[in-house]
Amino acid sequence: MTTIVFSTPDAAASLAGGLLIGASASLLLLGSGRIAGISGIFGNALSTGRDRVRVVFLLALLATPWLWRLAQPLELGGALATPQWGALIGAGLLVGVGTQLGNGCTSGHGVCGLANFSLRSLVAVLTFMGVAMITVALGFGVTS
Amino acid sequence: MSQTKPLIAAAGAGLLFGFGLILSGMTDPAKVRAFLDITGQWNPALAFVMGGAILAALPAFAWARRHRTTLAGAPLTLPDRTLVDARLVGGTALFGVGWGLSGLCPGPALVVGSSGSLPVLVFVAAMAAGLLLSRRYLAPRAPEAPAAAPRQA
Repeated sequence: MTTIVFSTPDAAASLAGGLLIGASASLLLLGSGRIAGISGIFGNALSTGRDRVRVVFLLALLATPWLWRLAQPLELGGALATPQWGALIGAGLLVGVGTQLGNGCTSGHGVCGLANFSLRSLVAVLTFMGVAMITVALGFGVTS
Repeated sequence: MSQTKPLIAAAGAGLLFGFGLILSGMTDPAKVRAFLDITGQWNPALAFVMGGAILAALPAFAWARRHRTTLAGAPLTLPDRTLVDARLVGGTALFGVGWGLSGLCPGPALVVGSSGSLPVLVFVAAMAAGLLLSRRYLAPRAPEAPAAAPRQA
């Protein structure tokens, strides 16, 4: 039975964050000529590491929680503090393998691909979102 | 010519991306799972993240499709593949299982891992292993075209 949990401030923060992410994708596209897909950027940096543009993007991304903490406290990842380690590692492997086989993740397909009207990305988004919803509906999780 | 402008843009983009993820709630795996939980206690707020991001990115992609260059005039390659195949669907389905199980997709995983969460660092290590394995054995890619090389040599 579905119950909807909704708070307007929450949604407003999500919208504001989304606009920042879209601005980031625009800046990386028109300023650096790259697609802001994190799985692609991370995979490329790990496998060759030769593209300085992607490496700089990643380093800046990794710095953000620490810069945020200069302004206010930030505690992340608490929901996964006591995971089932095997399931957690399995989930990480699936995300790694799946995003490389499928050429993208939530950002590459979900933001850039959809903003570029790509049919491949639409299929990808419907697939990963649908499968993720089914996974949750069936009660599977790395902490349960 | 200017090799530094693309790097400065990339640094700015990385910062905007990370702050956007933190502000939006995407870095809270419990919230992500609540967004995915459409048959239980469904919290639809995160739909606004993707909606807002697409909205903000539309003009830039329209410009890029039309001009095929960056603002500085350097060539830009847009993904233009149209093939929907088993690899796309299978790969994204595997990703969906991992995302649903953990509430973590690659961007938030990197940010939360960097913030110092040990379990998420373990997740990121597994994700890195998975992507290297699949790049090496399952889906080798052709060496990247000059897109990644200095363009104005």
